[in-house]
Amino acid sequence: MDYLLTEEQVMLRDLCREITVEKIIPVAGELDKSEKFPWDVVKVMAESDIFGVYIDEKYGGMGGGLMELCIAIEEFSRGCAGIALAFSATALGTDPIILFGNEEQKEKYLPDIASGKKLAAFGITEPAAGSDASAMQTTAKKDDDHYILNGTKHFITNGGDAEIYTIVAMTNKSKGARGASIFIVEKDTPGFTFGKKEDKMGIRGSSTRELIFTDCKVPKENLIGREGQGFIIAMRTFDMSRPGIGAQALGIAQGSLDVAVKYAKERKQFGKPISSFQGIQFMLADMATQIEAARALVYASARQIDAGAKNLAKDSAMAKMFASDTAMKVSTDAVQILGGYGYMHEYPAEKFMRDAKITQIYEGTNQIQRNIIALNLIKETSK
Amino acid sequence: MNIIVSIKQVPDTTQVRIDPETNTLIREGVESIINPFDMYAIEEGVRLKEKHGGKTIAITMGPPQAEAALKEAISMGCDEGYLISDRAFAGSDTLATGYTLAMAVKKIKDFDIILCGKQASDGDTAQVGPGIATQLDIPQVTYVKKIEDIKDKVATVERMTEEGFEIVKTSLPCLLTVVKEINEPRIPSLKGRMKAKKAIIPTWKAIDLDVDEVRLGLTGSPTWVSKIFTPPPRPKGKIFEGEPEDTTTQLTDLLKDRLV
Amino acid sequence: MSIKIITDKCTGCTLCVKICPFGAITMVSKKAVIDLDQCTLCGACVDSCKFDAIELKRDSSKTPNLEDYKGIWIFGEQKKGVIQSVVYELLGKAQDLAKKLNTKVCCVVLGHNMKNNLKELIHRGADKVYVVDAPELENFLDEPYTKVLVNLLRKYRPEIFLCGATFIGRSLVSRVAVKLHTGLTADCTGLDIDEKEKFLLQTRPAFGGNIMATILSKNHRPQMATVRHKVFKEADVDTTRKGEVIEETVSKTLLTSRTKLLDIVEEVTSTVNIAEADIIVSGGRGMKSPENFEILEELAKVLGGAVGASRAAVDSDWIPYSHQVGQTGKTVCPKIYIACGISGQIQHLVGMQSADIIIAINQDSSAPIFTVANYGIIGDLFKVVPLLTAKFKKALNQ
Repeated sequence: MDYLLTEEQVMLRDLCREITVEKIIPVAGELDKSEKFPWDVVKVMAESDIFGVYIDEKYGGMGGGLMELCIAIEEFSRGCAGIALAFSATALGTDPIILFGNEEQKEKYLPDIASGKKLAAFGITEPAAGSDASAMQTTAKKDDDHYILNGTKHFITNGGDAEIYTIVAMTNKSKGARGASIFIVEKDTPGFTFGKKEDKMGIRGSSTRELIFTDCKVPKENLIGREGQGFIIAMRTFDMSRPGIGAQALGIAQGSLDVAVKYAKERKQFGKPISSFQGIQFMLADMATQIEAARALVYASARQIDAGAKNLAKDSAMAKMFASDTAMKVSTDAVQILGGYGYMHEYPAEKFMRDAKITQIYEGTNQIQRNIIALNLIKETSK
Repeated sequence: MNIIVSIKQVPDTTQVRIDPETNTLIREGVESIINPFDMYAIEEGVRLKEKHGGKTIAITMGPPQAEAALKEAISMGCDEGYLISDRAFAGSDTLATGYTLAMAVKKIKDFDIILCGKQASDGDTAQVGPGIATQLDIPQVTYVKKIEDIKDKVATVERMTEEGFEIVKTSLPCLLTVVKEINEPRIPSLKGRMKAKKAIIPTWKAIDLDVDEVRLGLTGSPTWVSKIFTPPPRPKGKIFEGEPEDTTTQLTDLLKDRLV
Repeated sequence: MSIKIITDKCTGCTLCVKICPFGAITMVSKKAVIDLDQCTLCGACVDSCKFDAIELKRDSSKTPNLEDYKGIWIFGEQKKGVIQSVVYELLGKAQDLAKKLNTKVCCVVLGHNMKNNLKELIHRGADKVYVVDAPELENFLDEPYTKVLVNLLRKYRPEIFLCGATFIGRSLVSRVAVKLHTGLTADCTGLDIDEKEKFLLQTRPAFGGNIMATILSKNHRPQMATVRHKVFKEADVDTTRKGEVIEETVSKTLLTSRTKLLDIVEEVTSTVNIAEADIIVSGGRGMKSPENFEILEELAKVLGGAVGASRAAVDSDWIPYSHQVGQTGKTVCPKIYIACGISGQIQHLVGMQSADIIIAINQDSSAPIFTVANYGIIGDLFKVVPLLTAKFKKALNQ
């Protein structure tokens, strides 16, 4: 389907596709096994100006928006959603600075992120605070020119490999959600250490670690926005990032379909390619249609945000939820079409299926997304 | 340091098919690409500029649509591109092509190194690079797999041979033809692509170059193609399928006499 | 065509006098003067003049005095004083051509202390061997080799000049042809003489071997071609053959070079030089790991062949680039080519499809390699290759 991309967006898509075909797909299987961080690919992305697509030209970026970000994430995820995370999780970690950072913070951090010199990560989840972010235990105590951070974040994508972290911590626990604040923490800050690297089901080409803060002294200039704004900033960040997860899911779904179609045309049974059987044809037709519907939703929500729409929560939740459910379904069907081969590590279908699962879980489980959609729906209709 | 990269647009040989009726090349629908070997020359030219300063200029001789090859070279980091294109150049063999390109280089004037791919994938002659060098009367090193060092107007390079390589020193200006081993061409960056899109490529016609007209195109080409034909297809092979024990015995029996 | 001295520019340096192969230039009142009766318009003086004082106007469509060009010359490529085998192949072919033209075969050797190694050239069919001996010519360098060859070709004017399409040959004669302003056809796989017009018919592959083209240089001499190694049979040795060795001395100015050879590094042992091998055992993506190339090495050892590889295997760092066969690697022409776990992308096929016999071993019966294979085995190469090694070994009584 023609989504009427601009000439620049087509150029970006072609570039990302080239990187995916030449640099990501050849190493995806290997990194899935070894769980090594894709530094070689990161270097290529950086040299290709990809890390700056959504960052203002003033800070060395390419001046694009969420739509550009989604195009890049989708293309990379079509090759490997794990490798794509080095890029997309950096965007997530950068969003709080772009949205609420002051000029000094933007000037200090954005150019290095735009050039790909430094990766970023976002830290909110804790062992006891997943969907319920208000149960957060990490604290930040003001001490003269500094805040002292204590606590543990876990399941943090890019943790340990990123240089710049945006961390949510409680500055006033008694205020609950209104007592949270966001800080920029640099990697080599004393008192900031990393836990073990998680051994995951999918997206194994990405790194996921614990962040441990022990009397970690962060300069007060590193507070983003004001004290107590943390939760609002986090929610705004998620509103922005959900279409990105949608795009990642879209890439996984498309990658699975690519594999399934190719296989169905090559694989012969009963003397004919299996693509000539209606049972397979119907599956492929459904997969393709579901992907297109998801793409329409993801692109529409990204474009709406770029156009400056308010009240983003419902639409971006829909995009994330629908695209990730589609990815799970399509990648499962792709394994089914490949049959026994689909179940083997030697073929890429099962990897897409493992990678797809996380998109229904992180940055708000799809159950939380449905909550958001329903609550907003009810609110809208009761006006 | 100024570098000139001489490139050629070629049909993607992986897509070329033969019309079995007429025995001619089917070129319709075949994409044009930069000669794969020239990609290494462009990359090396851009790397040299990044290391030593100066600029990298891409030139190509070809039809108007060869402009796309120069734009791609610019997207990879070349600073300028010049298209040498005129009906008068049509039918040039390697002698006339080398002459024409050499005259274009003379027009650019200021250069230290000319880089070419070792050969073009359509003609496979490997003659145009040395042709340019000879017409310009500058030294050449062919099949370069590494540029070790450039200083004080002297380049030290490694030249591939059948048995390994030679280390050769050459004075500048010079012409180098490069092999695949020399580098890995970059994927053009977003900024590079945008720059290429906006780039204006001047076209140089015969009249813009200080050329002797009898040395151009068909008249300037000593070689004539008298016949083109498709090589006879290989006879259909004998394919064995089954237990490796049996298939290998069958093959060994068939080949035994030819191995001695 | 015409030639003249621009007297204003002539400084009387006498370089052109020394370089002229025909003694056609003399100094009159400290200015060069050309004796047009002696001059053949060869252009040697133009190249030698540092002051652009000699102007040669060429009529590009023809070499003057075409009919004066006689004989077939072969470039006697040597490395470390050893004549390369491609030269013997050329001598074989040149004898056929010479018969059709009723002319002689000459071989030209540039090197140092070569004189004692030249008998075999005569035994293999050269009627005359021209040798230029100088320390500057011990190893190949483009400039002195070009200048010396151009000098000799201008002096002796053969109608055909052939050279191996080697790294040296292709680099060198590209320069020589431009200097002589004549046609050159690269990498020929077929040579013949046109019966009526007596032209050299030069046949070569183009578009990666998808088509063949026959090329002529009707109006220019010498007709020059580089010839692919291993296409023609080596000339037989006949120790009773007689011939003449002629030592040529050349002016020192022809031996200067702006490039210098610092070192020669030999990486490839004779057992793995795929360009020379009669049998090549090649591995592709299906080899899966560098260690697995051992089974190919074993097979190659039994057959006395070399190990090659596809681009996929080289790009995965399983084997060095010097083993790569195909468009971006080497073009090979062995008697037997055994492709193991190579699917047969067109880029690979163009590098090996002129092998006499192609054997494909692949699990995938639809792999394109089977379309060019004379023999194929569909099966697991890790089972097939060791079995083949054992069976060939037995068949060869090793």
